[in-house]
Amino acid sequence: MAMTMTEKILARHAGRDRVEPGDNIWVTADVLMTHDVCGPGTIGVFNEHFGPEAKVWDRQGVVIIPDHYIFTEDEKARRNVDILREFVKAQDLPYFYDPGTRSYRGVCHVALPHEGHARPGEVLFGTDSHTCTHGAFGEFATGIGNTDAGLVMGTGKLWVKVPPTMRFVFEGELPPYLMAKDLILHVIGDIGVDGATYRAIEFAGDTVRALSIDERMTLCNMAIEAGGKNGIIAADDKTRAYVADRTSVSGTKTEYEEATNDPDAKFLSEKTYRTAQLEPVVAQPHSPDRKSRVRDVAGTRISRVYIGSCTGGKIADFIAAAQILDGRKVEVETFIVPATVHVDEALDSEKVNGRSLRDIFADAECQIGPPSCAACLGGPPDTFGRTHSNEVVVSTTNRNFPARMGSKDSAVYLASPLTAAASALHGVLTDPRDEM
Amino acid sequence: MQEIVRGRAFVLGDDVDTDQIVPACHLVYSLTDPTEKRLYGKYALSGVPMDQSGLPQGGIPFVHEGSDTSEYSIVVGGKNFGCGSSREHAPFALRQAGVEAVVAEFYARIFFRNSVNGGYLIPYETPQRLVERIKTGDEVEISMAENSLLNLTTGESFALRPLGDIRPILEAGDVFAYARQQNMIK
Repeated sequence: MAMTMTEKILARHAGRDRVEPGDNIWVTADVLMTHDVCGPGTIGVFNEHFGPEAKVWDRQGVVIIPDHYIFTEDEKARRNVDILREFVKAQDLPYFYDPGTRSYRGVCHVALPHEGHARPGEVLFGTDSHTCTHGAFGEFATGIGNTDAGLVMGTGKLWVKVPPTMRFVFEGELPPYLMAKDLILHVIGDIGVDGATYRAIEFAGDTVRALSIDERMTLCNMAIEAGGKNGIIAADDKTRAYVADRTSVSGTKTEYEEATNDPDAKFLSEKTYRTAQLEPVVAQPHSPDRKSRVRDVAGTRISRVYIGSCTGGKIADFIAAAQILDGRKVEVETFIVPATVHVDEALDSEKVNGRSLRDIFADAECQIGPPSCAACLGGPPDTFGRTHSNEVVVSTTNRNFPARMGSKDSAVYLASPLTAAASALHGVLTDPRDEM
Repeated sequence: MQEIVRGRAFVLGDDVDTDQIVPACHLVYSLTDPTEKRLYGKYALSGVPMDQSGLPQGGIPFVHEGSDTSEYSIVVGGKNFGCGSSREHAPFALRQAGVEAVVAEFYARIFFRNSVNGGYLIPYETPQRLVERIKTGDEVEISMAENSLLNLTTGESFALRPLGDIRPILEAGDVFAYARQQNMIK
């Protein structure tokens, strides 16, 4: 019986020779990731059900990356990080990236692979819906709640329903004015915010194979915005090189077993895009599936640009934005939020036209904030870049639900870093082709 | 789990995401402290745009100013209820406000899982769209035995999809209680 990548990974982790979509199976986790918003609740569930003396199922398997509410005076938010610290100490956990110390990293989904916790063929559960990002490394990765995470923490096991796979193939060279963000906004626009509910989404084709690791992560990151259980991309030499580098630098587990689609694996659907025929797009307020070509909404007045998050705050995202902003000045307030400390460092080390990204952004009069989730999800009132009234934002983040970035009166257009930067220059939605 | 759930309905539309169910700025409260966790009830559904709150003309508060519970114990939604973030605070907040069941055409999977595994509320699916058939404030009654919803205000009755595999988890209380019953964990 032929299986897809996702089915094969799940079968292996359930100790079975085969599984089929719809099967409810218990699988063993390789990694459980949590953060400051859902970690305290997860720890609460773990303590309640396994007792105060209980130990986590695998010290090496628990990865705790505080990232949501870091640079805030909110006392309850700070208390939540203290709860994590206490737990890490009591359990003697090796993988904790503590804010305010040299081990702080920033946004969990960008930090996790960089710290060597993403490997092909593995099962990763995380208490964050964007855990699907890590399918970019050829693993099964999905978001869960506190109760499920508490169970994983104590037993290393969780039941899952095996999802059927929707396959999206992108063929041909990616034009310079398009980014992975455009590709995924096309997919979500075509199938809707519930188009992949209970399903796996595989991204394939030579366009995807040519994408950088950062860009592959953007694709998988937004699988959840179509309701997907997981996004996945087959591992290749690029994946292997990245994983070998990051696991050896971090001293984490280096060995893994890859999974690939069987040649006659069955997909629920398969759709092929000719990449060169696609255009830059935005998702209009207030839903990620409200796709529009940028040229059809060009000229729409905006008041702010935000470039950051696990979706659009990686090195590749800032290089793209800097290519547009180099030597220019922004017309509306523009917030730059590197996802992690590593990305923040790259603002100095990465150059466009011989100048550092940081210099380009500073000269363009952008505001650069410290690495964290920041205003992607609103957060406490003192959060950097958070909306407080009727701002109209072009954002490289993943969600534009009502009030997502703070105020119920604000409106958010989701866009690629190229489109966001081009729009920043004019204070209106602008097709990046006009600025390249 | 009782066989009959009866209460007043609160009606919402499609794609009610978890940021609407509980906005992210409220995710800092303790889920265990008896006093603090009541704040989740206070802010349940506080992210719903006012013109959609309780549909069709909107403007109906789910929780009144100064209160931390709702007069509505059954939420009626359309498609893709609970989409977005994995925050378990969402079904928790609805439960804190006094919600016992949601009936929607279908759910985003993480919200559905959290509702069942945490034992917060019963997420019933409806074969037929009910958003236009039930009004906020209608008195409704769900029969678990018959998998049906009776609108006591209008006399109309609607079929609900049987809960299937999740029913024993809800009956046990939550996924831990269920796993113990099944000897999956000690």
